Amino acid sequence: MKSKTVSSRIQDFGALIALVLLVAVIGIISPEFRTVGNFLSLLRQSSINGFIAFGMTCVILTGGIDLSVGSVLALTTAFCAAFIKGGMPVGLAFILAILIGIGFGCISGLLVTKGRLQPFIATLVTMTVFRGLTMIFMDGKPISNLGDSFALKFMGKGNLFGIPFPVILFILAFLIFIFLLEKTVFGRRVYAAGSNPVSAKLAGVNIDLTKLTVYAISGGMAALSGLILLSRLGSAQPTLGTSYEMDAIASVALGGTSMSGGRGRVWGTFVGVLIIAVLNNGLNILGVSSYYQDVVKGIVILIAVLSDRNR
Amino acid sequence: MQIEVRGINKSFGGNPVLKNAGFVLDSGEIHALMGENGAGKSTLMKILTGEYTRDAGTVVVDGQEVTYRNVQEAEKAGIVFIHQELNVLFDLTVEENMFLGKELTTRFGICDKGAMRKECRRVLDLLGVEINPAERMNRLSVGQQQMVEIAKALMVDAKVLIMDEPTSALTQKETEILFEVTRSLKARGVSVVYISHRMEEIFELCDRITVLRDGEYIGTKKISETNMNEVVKMMIGREIGERYPERKAKIGDVVFEVKNLTCPGVFENISFQVRAGQVLGFAGLMGAGRTEIMEAIFGYRKPVTGQILIDGREVHNSSPEAAMKNGIGFITEDRKVQGLMLDQSIAKNISIANLGKISKHGVLGKEAEDRLVKQGIKELSIKCFSERQHTVNLSGGNQQKVIFAKWIYTDPKILILDEPTRGVDIGAKKEIYSIINDLASKGVAVIMVSSELPEVLGMADQIVVVHEGTITGFVDRKEANQENVMILATGGKIK
Repeated sequence: MKSKTVSSRIQDFGALIALVLLVAVIGIISPEFRTVGNFLSLLRQSSINGFIAFGMTCVILTGGIDLSVGSVLALTTAFCAAFIKGGMPVGLAFILAILIGIGFGCISGLLVTKGRLQPFIATLVTMTVFRGLTMIFMDGKPISNLGDSFALKFMGKGNLFGIPFPVILFILAFLIFIFLLEKTVFGRRVYAAGSNPVSAKLAGVNIDLTKLTVYAISGGMAALSGLILLSRLGSAQPTLGTSYEMDAIASVALGGTSMSGGRGRVWGTFVGVLIIAVLNNGLNILGVSSYYQDVVKGIVILIAVLSDRNR
Repeated sequence: MQIEVRGINKSFGGNPVLKNAGFVLDSGEIHALMGENGAGKSTLMKILTGEYTRDAGTVVVDGQEVTYRNVQEAEKAGIVFIHQELNVLFDLTVEENMFLGKELTTRFGICDKGAMRKECRRVLDLLGVEINPAERMNRLSVGQQQMVEIAKALMVDAKVLIMDEPTSALTQKETEILFEVTRSLKARGVSVVYISHRMEEIFELCDRITVLRDGEYIGTKKISETNMNEVVKMMIGREIGERYPERKAKIGDVVFEVKNLTCPGVFENISFQVRAGQVLGFAGLMGAGRTEIMEAIFGYRKPVTGQILIDGREVHNSSPEAAMKNGIGFITEDRKVQGLMLDQSIAKNISIANLGKISKHGVLGKEAEDRLVKQGIKELSIKCFSERQHTVNLSGGNQQKVIFAKWIYTDPKILILDEPTRGVDIGAKKEIYSIINDLASKGVAVIMVSSELPEVLGMADQIVVVHEGTITGFVDRKEANQENVMILATGGKIK
């Protein structure tokens, strides 16, 4: 339609405009904020939420939600740390951790598809159980002294061509998700499942398989995010990733993805992730107390979602 | 209460739905409003009760010109509309439903359950039906739910009751009770507007008939001075032949056969054959089980027993996906719920059933998709600004053409059409008939379910008539007429 051109284009870029404004305002106030070094570390921080948020975008596009990501992250990093401590090669431990994350995602997916549970409830269950299992597995104590393997350090702290490795992974994941959702049959099915599952099913789309896959992806991405954290911290913590689902969901919402599914874009989420990261980083640099930070974050999300409603 | 509705015009998005429509309702009569689907009956009633605004015309109630701004105002005046899709909250009790929004309260705003229970009982007794006020709505039969709706109307002291297809989902027994209740309402001076397609019921129950056709007032007759043939003529208004394009499809071999298909409690022992190039019509009343049969064939309804054969080989359609692979396409009855993704573009709606065709190794081919979508828009002459327009903004006819485009390019051997022209204007109907004929002449076996008898008579080579989940007869094109199909559809036998 013609009207698409002007008004909705502005709304399409609403999150981007907000991001630019935030960067500009904080940048003007704080010289510390506007350095290359800070931007790179900001991007590195954002990658941890970013991986989770990309997976979350897929889940939300199907009309679901995944609350379990933080717990999946904790449990997979715990396993990974234990593997490494037990002498397994780091690369293999990483791959195994991601596969286990995918497996945990599948459990949530099966509860949603075969168990016919509402996604909120299904992943509330897995969130609780996985967190509990993490505590049991680690006996409530961190797993540290993982040796000084190069791969383990490089994952979270390394640089490639002067760019932090997590940032490269983050950009790579961004491109892969754009490709996946915009250019593949799978992507089309994800949107269809969220837009009108009845119609999609009658058009030959295997809705259950599509949903199962998005939860698996979400689990895998949570595990990947955990590996970055593991590398940066040098240890696995039982409370790692607590409430990470909130930042991820907020990023997706900021990016304009509809919470009821069927509408949304990965690049929106990308921008959403950056907004959250800029807020976290910028407010820290400005010396705003962490209590106030949450209030500011909440208000920014509120404004973004309200403007989304006017679409 | 006496109501005169005259000269009503109404269009939706430049599409005229009512042109000089109207009728006169006397107090204490049961007045039938008849017309084909899309004739404008429901729209006219929605205008009377303030749900829609009118573009022109007058509504006079008891000698005074009125315009109700919303349903509540009409209700206050004593005019209550019971919609075809019942307006009930299934998780609440009968009592809670009846008092929704008008709960009786004690002084501190606390619900006065005792008083509500008493009033609820009183009204239900008045109707002479036995329904427990504390029962949850979803545990009642459709007939009982309808009674609750009527009770709700009586509670607000309705003087005029409008019922839209009230018997479409009722059993014979429930229908009789409804008639009894309706007559007793009439005896108490309540006027009833009765919208229905069922000729027999109307001649049994009503006093007068008003016929609308294509949104226009055609005439009003006393039941005692007319007959079914005359009413049908008023409704159709022209010879059936000219509305349907001529068919030259060559009928070939049997490509599709169903043997003893049964879904317990829904339909039983369904057996029929379709040949290449043939249009097989499925006639019957709403709720006869035709949609359910088609859903079962397409692997969307389980469990079923029986055999489905394509080209003589048995196939198992365990899911819509499997049915599609076996060469079946299914254009569903409900465009909005089952047919379209309304918040997605025309392009995405057309490609969703053709993803295999426009992709390689799971990656979509932009050009292949563009070509497919452009071809669909052109061949089916879908009117739109661009293929990226959301389908929610299209007219009913264009929406239906998008769905046809979606399915045609899956190259189905067998295409099932469930009410393919429902809610579509006359012009688009004709285009859809031409599309169906084109498909048949390409050798597609077409199964067409339709509740519009003239359409089935005009389009089908053979008609299967379904009544309460069983096939009551096969009628060939040459022998078919409204009467013998209607008799079979209502469970009668042709002598």
